Amino acid sequence: MSTPAAAKPDGAPPKGKTLLSTENVSKIFGGLVAVNDVTFEIPERSIVSIIGPNGAGKTTFFNMLTGLYKPTIGTIAFDGQDISRTRPDLITTLGIARTFQNIRLFATMSAVENVMVGQHARMGAGLIGSILRPPKVRREEREVRDRARETLSYVGLSEKIHDELAINLAYGDQRRVEIARALASEPRLLLLDEPTAGMNPQESDTLTAFMRQLREERNLTILLIEHDMKVVMGVSERITVLDHGEKIAEGDPVEVRANPLVVEAYLGKQG
Amino acid sequence: MSGVEQFVKDHRNLVTATVCLIAAAVLPLFFDPLSSITDNFITAGAYVVMALGLNIVVGFAGLLDLGYVAFYAFGAYTVGWFASDHFSSVNGEKGIHVLAGEFASSLPGIHLNFLLVMLLAVVIVGIAGMLIGLPTLRLRGDYIAIVTLAFGEIIYRFAVNGDEISVVDGYKLTNGRQAIAPVDAIDLPGFAGFDSAFNLRPYFWFVLVLVALVLLVNFRLRDSRLGRAWIAVREDEVAAASMGVPLVKTKLLAYATGAAFGGISGAFLGSYQASVQADQFKFGFSIFVLAMIILGGLGSIWGVVLGAILLSFINTYFIPEVFNSVPRSLGLDFDLTVLNFGIFGFLILLVMVLRPQGLLPERRRAMELTEGAGVDDSIDVKVP
Repeated sequence: MSTPAAAKPDGAPPKGKTLLSTENVSKIFGGLVAVNDVTFEIPERSIVSIIGPNGAGKTTFFNMLTGLYKPTIGTIAFDGQDISRTRPDLITTLGIARTFQNIRLFATMSAVENVMVGQHARMGAGLIGSILRPPKVRREEREVRDRARETLSYVGLSEKIHDELAINLAYGDQRRVEIARALASEPRLLLLDEPTAGMNPQESDTLTAFMRQLREERNLTILLIEHDMKVVMGVSERITVLDHGEKIAEGDPVEVRANPLVVEAYLGKQG
Repeated sequence: MSGVEQFVKDHRNLVTATVCLIAAAVLPLFFDPLSSITDNFITAGAYVVMALGLNIVVGFAGLLDLGYVAFYAFGAYTVGWFASDHFSSVNGEKGIHVLAGEFASSLPGIHLNFLLVMLLAVVIVGIAGMLIGLPTLRLRGDYIAIVTLAFGEIIYRFAVNGDEISVVDGYKLTNGRQAIAPVDAIDLPGFAGFDSAFNLRPYFWFVLVLVALVLLVNFRLRDSRLGRAWIAVREDEVAAASMGVPLVKTKLLAYATGAAFGGISGAFLGSYQASVQADQFKFGFSIFVLAMIILGGLGSIWGVVLGAILLSFINTYFIPEVFNSVPRSLGLDFDLTVLNFGIFGFLILLVMVLRPQGLLPERRRAMELTEGAGVDDSIDVKVP
């Protein structure tokens, strides 16, 4: 996973057209305002982070971007298309893939099968095709399996554990399979929910490098939720800070680090 | 390793299936053509087809369906409507006949060839499955069980009271407990040997072919894009939807496919028993089929086959013929047959305690039950 050094964050917002944008998005559960009026955008081929204290609404925000929640107010647009009310599977088909904070692999499927499910939206075999198995379906099945193995190797999973059941894999490998499964859907935007949780510093560094590699080699745009400030500051071109569901700051790592509101959200008011 | 060994290793299921089916095919030759053992095997075969259907719904896709009997009923009534004299005065009492057998062609009513009836049963039951599934499958977990249970009961009520419901031209929907009878025997082009009064063997071979087909479909579906999606949905709906699996469509396909198998089996049993009677479609039957797949091993194709045959024989042979007089010989005043559901319940209990993964478990399930596989449901979102 060696990579070319990333463009050094230089204060200017990343260039390129906007891939995903949200406009005044709020999510209200009963009386709880989980996300409040967040307007935000991700330029194409950028690496953007969302940070904030626990309970700030980061994962809720992710769930809205991927269609698991519908925003109470506001709109979300992906590549110019409104996806605020779109079903999660269709959003995946459009090109957004994600991983989960607590790993959600299909526990009793093998690593390869997990990644094959990731390609579901890119496959064509239906009920009749699956029963009759014409040559086209057989070829597709073979290709999908081969591609799944390639993707697993690409994320650094050694070939001898490709056929292990997901539940039997080591924690770090499960994280890798989850990323491979997300990549399998051929996304343009990859959402990573705390990808380095539970990793040691060395593994985190490898993953940071891998994110840059993904952008270079697969033309991906990456949005991540992350608590590890070393990772966030090292990889992000732009950081959005949420606190109590509201966006309190936004900018490049240097700006965000110096922002008194951010310091307050994390450490409490001074004096 | 020799070529043969390698082939067997690569195609274990195919080889097992071929050996079992051939062995089964010669079996009736050892019994009298009208032997009750053959009769028991025919019923068992029909139950295998049904259990394999329910296994797609419950075992693969993880949707607990407690109303599977509805599809048995739809299948049986398809043969009741389209291969009997139920609609006796259609076409000026001359009847409508499509490729029907010689005898059936002389009768009034609608008489389609049995193969057409089976095709029709697949279509009708598949559509019924979709219609029942569409509102039901938006629910999750236990709620699906409750709603399907209700649907099963509704269909049963319709079957029982159908003799009061007029459809077209004053014809009744069903004959209720009076039964629609006689239903035409199976009639294959060029083979008129289906007569349960003389020889049961052709029925046995027919149901064996059905079992073979259904096995093939099951194995192929399990190892396909759709099969993986079913298991993914069973494991974790949220993750499956996020990976591009359309939940409602995927569940509906499981439901409709399972339903179609129930319909095929229902049509066969209707024709074999030559009557379609409402009391066959009681709630208990849904549980009976469910018990077969739990006994054999949820999701395991071979396990389900074994479970279906075992429970079928316990129901048609061991309880009524072998052990029926046991209570009387102990001085108790009842037959064992009145206890059959108690006995099934007891067997399920035994399996749950001693071998919760079933007799021949699927690799995945065994793992889940013995190693506590599961997913973290801490983000419990409702997926539309």
